[in-house]
Amino acid sequence: MNKNFSFKLHFPILVFGIAAPFLFPGLQLQFATLWVMVLFALTWDIMGGQMGYNSLGNIFFFGVGMYTSVLFQVGQFAEIGAYTAAHGGDSFTFTNAEYYQGLVIGIIMSGVVAAITAALLGWTVFGLRGPYFAIGTLGMAIAAGELMGTWEWVGAGSGISVPVFPGSAYARSLLFYFLCFGAAVLTFVAVQWIYKTRFGLAVNAIRDDEEKAEAMGIHTLRYKTVAWSISAFFVGISGALFGNITGIIEPLEVAFPTVTFGIFMVAMTLLGGKGTLWGPVLGAILFHTLKEVTWTYFLGWQWVALGVLIIVNVVFFQQGIMGWLMEKFPEKFGIVVENKEATR
Amino acid sequence: MTNYVIEVEGVTKSYGGVVANQSISMKVPDGKITGLIGPNGSGKTTLFNSIVGYHPIDEGSIKFKGQEISSLRVPQIARLGLLRTFQQTRIYSNMNCIENMLISVPHRKMGFADMFGEREDKATMEEVERLLDFVGLYEKRRLRSGDLSFGQQKLLEFAMALMNKPEVLLLDEPTAGINPTLINGLIDRLRRANEEFGITLFVIEHNMRVIMNMAESIYCLAHGEMLAHGSPDEIQNDQRVIDAYLGAH
Repeated sequence: MNKNFSFKLHFPILVFGIAAPFLFPGLQLQFATLWVMVLFALTWDIMGGQMGYNSLGNIFFFGVGMYTSVLFQVGQFAEIGAYTAAHGGDSFTFTNAEYYQGLVIGIIMSGVVAAITAALLGWTVFGLRGPYFAIGTLGMAIAAGELMGTWEWVGAGSGISVPVFPGSAYARSLLFYFLCFGAAVLTFVAVQWIYKTRFGLAVNAIRDDEEKAEAMGIHTLRYKTVAWSISAFFVGISGALFGNITGIIEPLEVAFPTVTFGIFMVAMTLLGGKGTLWGPVLGAILFHTLKEVTWTYFLGWQWVALGVLIIVNVVFFQQGIMGWLMEKFPEKFGIVVENKEATR
Repeated sequence: MTNYVIEVEGVTKSYGGVVANQSISMKVPDGKITGLIGPNGSGKTTLFNSIVGYHPIDEGSIKFKGQEISSLRVPQIARLGLLRTFQQTRIYSNMNCIENMLISVPHRKMGFADMFGEREDKATMEEVERLLDFVGLYEKRRLRSGDLSFGQQKLLEFAMALMNKPEVLLLDEPTAGINPTLINGLIDRLRRANEEFGITLFVIEHNMRVIMNMAESIYCLAHGEMLAHGSPDEIQNDQRVIDAYLGAH
């Protein structure tokens, strides 16, 4: 993709991102969710699109990040067991300083812990290929939700509430809007950069033919583990933010929502075009917009509409929007026959 | 004294009940072109796979430059400088030729930070263009490699192998499925890779004209056992080889 095209997209999106919460004050949290969706799609594409490992369990790191964050937010100032106790639990209030210190450390640690978890799991999970990898990771995410639901210390099935924001509701949604927007921008910048380095080529090589990549001496396991850790890092951060937006973290629906967010991240990437930089971004924007519109105007039919979209996409339009554009206008993407005289 | 880069000693490999290689012993001399022939199913590719660590061997020893490698894995052996190409050509089909070449740089000394290293520095790009030119794919370098013709993919795979700067290159039927004019070009390039870049070649080939012309010594396998070894002339006149493989003319 040429620089000019990228800039033409970067700039309006940045301007829109900054202006949106002021232009549509009533939709701040919907827009915050949109950026989380963009982040989801971008991080899923590192694995599913660029590296060819279709993980259905990336949402696992969302929950890991969410729980990590709240445990750091609370745990620095209070005893977790007492905080989450269902009966006779103490009540806690956090000072402003405690709240913000907790939030910053919670967000950072959510990314770090998710990345480390991915690295540790990678050693075992990357023994699986193709559909087995997809099912294995899905199982991991479902199991995590169920296990968290039985762990009393973190609130078990009734969940754990996030420290209450010490300001107005408007300030709260504005803060978390910009944190989500910032996280999405950071993710985009990070993936754009890594795809330009040797890393991008290596994960593409693994996608196209992993056996060949091994035969050429590429450190395949190292690349796969790092790819997953990078993906997990940003998903973990999004989990921390989303947990704080929701206010209460419940294991199955909020922290490990495998059948909603977990599948959305795949569907959005496929819609936009997997294995491309901009595909996931476009896919997330379209998907989320359609989802919000159907939820608002066709309530009762919203899942049908999403189902139809996914089926049409997968059956008739597998390459997604960016993939289709690349097929249609290859020369715009630098796919040309070029003789020596033209270049030297 | 001849230096041997690959020394195979009593290697046995069986799949289920089929003994694909039965105590095979052979040596590949440094800097030379060595051939490996034999009828289909005689165990040639199995031997290749054993050497590059694709599967564990049942018995025996495989040494690369004196180092035992039979327990190493594929990427580790590749990073030592022992590389193979595949019978069914394998390239990264969704990437263009340049990208295929760029990721084929040697990974021997790559540390953790090199994962995010510069991939298109000037020296590497010059090497990429020179090698793509060498195999005649320069003009098509920006095309998706999966869209190239079969023969061109084969040439690309060969160029990728050269990009990796191996010491030894194991080629599994490099000329299979390539048209006669291109075969001559490929033989020429294989020879030049051997002479100019000093790469030792160990080649499986069914095209007798090719292998008899190129190789200095040839091993012949049949039914998983080493049938004969000698110069091209000796092999061509060996009655056992004629019976098992070449057939009477």
